[in-house]
Amino acid sequence: MSVPRFWRSLGSRYNLEGTHCTECGEYYYPPRDTCVNCRRLGKIESYKFKGTGEIITYTIIHTAAEGFEEQTPYALAIIKLDEGPSLTAQIVGNPKEVYIGMRVKPVFRKLGEDGERGMIYYGTKFVPAEA
Amino acid sequence: MVSTPNIKEKYALPEGVDLMRDVAIIGVKNTKYGELWNRSLRQLVVEAGIGAIEDAGVSGKDIDALYVGNMSGGRFIEQEHIGALIADYSGLSKNLHVPATRVEAACASGGLALRQGIMNVASGYGDIVVAAGAEKMTDICSSEASSALAAAADREWEGMAGATFPGLYAMIATLHMHKYGTTSEQLAEVAVKNHRNGAHNPIAQYKNQITVEQVLNSVMVADPLHIFDCSPITDGASALVLVPAEEAHKYTDTPIYIRATAQASDTIALHDRRDITTLDATVVAGKRAYEMAKMGPEDIDLVEVHDCFTIAELCAIEDLGFAEKGKGGIVTAEGETAIGGRIPVNTSGGLKACGHPVGATGIKQAVEIVTQLRGEAGGRQVDGAECGMTHNVGGSGATAAVHILSRDR
Ligand SMILES: [Zn+2]
Repeated sequence: MSVPRFWRSLGSRYNLEGTHCTECGEYYYPPRDTCVNCRRLGKIESYKFKGTGEIITYTIIHTAAEGFEEQTPYALAIIKLDEGPSLTAQIVGNPKEVYIGMRVKPVFRKLGEDGERGMIYYGTKFVPAEA
Repeated sequence: MVSTPNIKEKYALPEGVDLMRDVAIIGVKNTKYGELWNRSLRQLVVEAGIGAIEDAGVSGKDIDALYVGNMSGGRFIEQEHIGALIADYSGLSKNLHVPATRVEAACASGGLALRQGIMNVASGYGDIVVAAGAEKMTDICSSEASSALAAAADREWEGMAGATFPGLYAMIATLHMHKYGTTSEQLAEVAVKNHRNGAHNPIAQYKNQITVEQVLNSVMVADPLHIFDCSPITDGASALVLVPAEEAHKYTDTPIYIRATAQASDTIALHDRRDITTLDATVVAGKRAYEMAKMGPEDIDLVEVHDCFTIAELCAIEDLGFAEKGKGGIVTAEGETAIGGRIPVNTSGGLKACGHPVGATGIKQAVEIVTQLRGEAGGRQVDGAECGMTHNVGGSGATAAVHILSRDR
């Protein structure tokens, strides 16, 4: 992924910055500039998520995406944040210990890389909240 | 077929008067599906297109428009502008200047190309229209192909987190198992059935039969999906010819009529869906199709669904009303979706065994239904089939296209 493309979403990736519609109360992560419920009539402002949430579903990836080959096997999950929205992220630690309903919290980690001399991407992964 | 309430209201047309025309399919053709290293994309589409035109008994100069479903020519063969390329090499450009349009909706590109062709004829704009689909996927290595396919999901918010395409469907499978008790064995039964069907399809990529044990013992790609739960990487093209229904008998004794064309969208990312185990785009497109055809699931004799992964077939038969939600695995294991069962699913072998050249799949599904309704499906024929359905999905469910085809108008 190009540097500008990654850079544009840095705040969201590093700090879980999303958005919130004050008109209907919906929270958005990843951030949206247009409210799905109110569309043109929504009032969107930025919002920093607490980061805690619960695993809705997960998989253990054995055949990795390009740039993630060195990390296999890794657990990938859909996490429902406490404010409402869901996101896709890796779960750090033993993938076999991941389960549906597990409480998690965010950590700052290397996400992946573009080739041998390529850029290394950092962002948010999750760990068990109890740990 | 399509009643158009908005137009009717606008022009205050009396009840029963329809501005749109019914549409029929009069010619079909698939190329061989598989790893066709010595055939190029243009050769494949031209073979399918000319085959469909010959089957229809029409001539190139009669064609009013061409639609080509193609997901990722740019990634797979570094070629865009596929519509023009195909028209040119089909002999439709230099002298005839036939309008040619590429249609893209990831793995649903073919289904949408069919829908565009139908709408062209239904609107009265064109009288003979070719809808084709094609993908040439094996010119690049499989990791590059996987990466191209992953672009059907949300690159920034799924791909950047390390999601693969099998990984997304694996997360659907994990939750389906958790909520409904679906098992890996039941998933494997989908692959076993589709390989059994594919063995009778001359164009199928895989004609070998497999067992549940072989599926379960195959390499794990994204837990709980094994490599045999996944559709393969395939080269291939399919095409069909559309005409107004009232003209169809001029060309063939067995026209197959389009009874419904429907399409729906949903969130690009799986994590934003209302329910991870339900493809709402499938539910809505299915509902729209049933309404348009004034039919229900009980009226359908066979269905080609989008089994890009085994779990996708279970979700599809549930979301289209052929099985109760959560019971897809049980229904499959009990043989209800086999040929000879209550509702035969994927008689072509599906994406799993027939192969999945992504842009071609939606057209191939319609070609299979036409072949079945004509009674020409040989060893995989569904006896007395009168009405069939196709179901084509883009990405993890952000696009769905559903068509109902019938021997009756
Ligand atoms: Zn709102």
